[in-house]
Amino acid sequence: MTTRRSLIAATAGLPMATLLPGAARAQQRFNSLYVFVPAGPGGGWDGLGRAIEQASRSAGLVNSFQFDNVGGAGGTVGLPRFVGQRRGRGDAIMVAGAVMVGAVLTNRTPVGLKDVTPIARMTTEPGVIVVPASSDLRDLAGFMAALRANPGAVSVGGGSAGGIDHITLGLLLKSLGKNAREASYVAFAGGGPAQAAILGAQVRAGISGVSEFAEQIKAGRMRALATTGETRSLDGVPTLKESGIDIVIGNWRGVFGAPGINATQRQALSDYIGALVATPQWKEIVARQGWDEAYLSGADFERFLARDQADTEQVLRDIGLVT
Amino acid sequence: METLSGLAMGFGHALTLTNLGWALLGCFLGTAIGVLPGIGPALTIALLLPITFSVPATGAFILFCGVFYGAMYGGSTTSILLNTPGESGSIITSLEGAKMAKNGRAGPALATAAIGSFVAGTVGTIGIAFLGPVVVELALKLGPAEYFCLMVLCFVTVSAVLGGSALRGLTSLFFGLLLGLVGIDLQTGQPRLTFGIPELLDGVNVVLVAVALFAVGETLYLAWRYVEGKQEVLPVGSIMMSKTDWKRSFWPWVRGAGIGFPFGVMPAGGTEMPTMLSYYMERKLTKPEHQKEFGTTGAIEGVAGPEAANNAAAAGILVPMLTLGLPTSATAAIMLSAFQSYGIQPGPLLFTSQAELVWTLIASLFIANVMLVVLNLPLVGLWARILTIPQPQLYAGILVFATIGTYGISNSVVDLFLLYGIGIIAMFMRRFDFPVAPVVIGMILGPMAEQALRQAMTISQGDWSVFVTRPISLAILLVAVAALVGPRLYGAWVRRMAA
Repeated sequence: MTTRRSLIAATAGLPMATLLPGAARAQQRFNSLYVFVPAGPGGGWDGLGRAIEQASRSAGLVNSFQFDNVGGAGGTVGLPRFVGQRRGRGDAIMVAGAVMVGAVLTNRTPVGLKDVTPIARMTTEPGVIVVPASSDLRDLAGFMAALRANPGAVSVGGGSAGGIDHITLGLLLKSLGKNAREASYVAFAGGGPAQAAILGAQVRAGISGVSEFAEQIKAGRMRALATTGETRSLDGVPTLKESGIDIVIGNWRGVFGAPGINATQRQALSDYIGALVATPQWKEIVARQGWDEAYLSGADFERFLARDQADTEQVLRDIGLVT
Repeated sequence: METLSGLAMGFGHALTLTNLGWALLGCFLGTAIGVLPGIGPALTIALLLPITFSVPATGAFILFCGVFYGAMYGGSTTSILLNTPGESGSIITSLEGAKMAKNGRAGPALATAAIGSFVAGTVGTIGIAFLGPVVVELALKLGPAEYFCLMVLCFVTVSAVLGGSALRGLTSLFFGLLLGLVGIDLQTGQPRLTFGIPELLDGVNVVLVAVALFAVGETLYLAWRYVEGKQEVLPVGSIMMSKTDWKRSFWPWVRGAGIGFPFGVMPAGGTEMPTMLSYYMERKLTKPEHQKEFGTTGAIEGVAGPEAANNAAAAGILVPMLTLGLPTSATAAIMLSAFQSYGIQPGPLLFTSQAELVWTLIASLFIANVMLVVLNLPLVGLWARILTIPQPQLYAGILVFATIGTYGISNSVVDLFLLYGIGIIAMFMRRFDFPVAPVVIGMILGPMAEQALRQAMTISQGDWSVFVTRPISLAILLVAVAALVGPRLYGAWVRRMAA
């Protein structure tokens, strides 16, 4: 898999490089970089890893890349392998994010994000709360009123239990002073079945990443009630914050270094990512993929990570998934 | 009319030399990966994703669709010849197919699978072009309650593979249900029966279990009971399908395609359930004189039906993706991400905003289907000759093949331990006459039924009456009851008439 990946990678960067002849070639940071993706090819983390590769190669930051995908269980299948095999290696990064924070807690794995070295947060994707187009819930106020009246009667569909969608619902109930355990959360295996259940009005509402539902909303088959970001993500759809509910939550993704690397190695990775996000090639990819940039590094990222872990654990405890 | 002009435009675009080349390459790759157990179309397309940077959208999607359809063809070849299913949709094919191959009927089995795949693929693709948007709206009316009832219906099919002893058969079924429980529970996120092994968090792969039960178990059993000197070469027999074979295959193809397509369209349908239902149906509908071939020398109906169902379902899976932008299978999800890297947002508006691409894609599905049958039929004779390899070498080869394929699923050594552990269990099951097919059925249906039941219960706030108050769900339950008691009542009635 690895050799095929790097071979394809070697050709994939070419058109970009030729497309942007005038683009500034930055100073090379690594001759070769190992990227560990704790998810299968084609998903969000894999997409970020591939984008890092594409931008780095065409900007001349890294000469060659080696990829390894080990998917499963919110990244907790791959994490122990990265920790075990790459200890002390300064030329290795792992792509991970909010999903792994929750998965480590609910799966009770002994290896966690504490065992890797935080480098930077790179992107984030806010969530959106939707109802089927035929729903009698007109707006966020109506939805919250229904939740307040009887949380059990408002079935909400989303991704796997304990994930960001579930946590968002837990936070909404908490903001109403309700017990998060009363939530009537229906977990679906993946975005397709969840969307189908919402379109077919099998559930009263749904929560997922904005990009997942954006096309259905645009086509008028789902009604967006609110998004969960700091600022608006969809035209004419309010955020929770501006609606008076103090919740900001998103599916952030970032990179981590191997365990046991020294300060110099860590600084080198940090500088590299800092240089990468400043390149026009990176900006172009982010724009094309429709990601929200959320670059945060160093101590700021560590503080963010600690807070995210504490918040997530608290909500999962409230929901009853972590004891 | 709009459909016909769309199709005409699609064929116009698809029939260029470059696009035909992409289709051929896709069919070839697809057949190859379909043959290997473990590596499926989803993973292959994911590995091909980087070509989206340098190949135009039409070419890339034609390639992907060729891979997708090709994998469905290739999967049946190893199921029949080596009792080693390449993907979950062809597990049922191996039940009768491998028995036919053992009895010198490998040629007709492969041929009926290939032609059945062609018939069903064509029916399915016509379905995509003409019925897609209508069927998908109907499929959306099915919720977890209906899915649970469908799975109850599928559990009835276990009775067709239980074998002589109900106790032994049910023991196998429960072993399968137990294996299905391993991994993280979707509704609570809690790990079950994982014993602290991270590789088990995502559950046990069903193709791995099928390969362990069918191929590894049989090989180990033969190694155990093999008597030196009794050199036995399997007969190859006639390669061509006889007139009777055609006659016996025709209706199973049609019925299989008819069951498969709607299941594929259903957002939580998949390819496994229709193959089970088709197998059960053919077993019940076969003429009495061929009835005894089931489970003994291998009945051609039991290959033709499930194989057609598998391919029609595979075509159906593309419907929610193309009409609504819903990725209802791993392969569709990867294809959607390919759409996104071209800046195309797949959604309900895809058919109108990207008409040219969609119709070219549908046209190339027809082309891929023709290519595959043309590619595969001449290969039947070649494939069937594999069986002339002396048994010890043949089975050693199967073992190597199964091991490589399984390692390919996730490059994990834990999977190999599972493969041989379950293989040893299967060896003893064979020795003590426990049927292995119920294990696979239990493993596929168990987790699906459990999740559907709990989703339905969450939505109804714990009210069990949802299964009988929702009309579609009630109807499916009644069919299940009829399928379970109907044959018995009929049998009793026939006996009473005779007495």
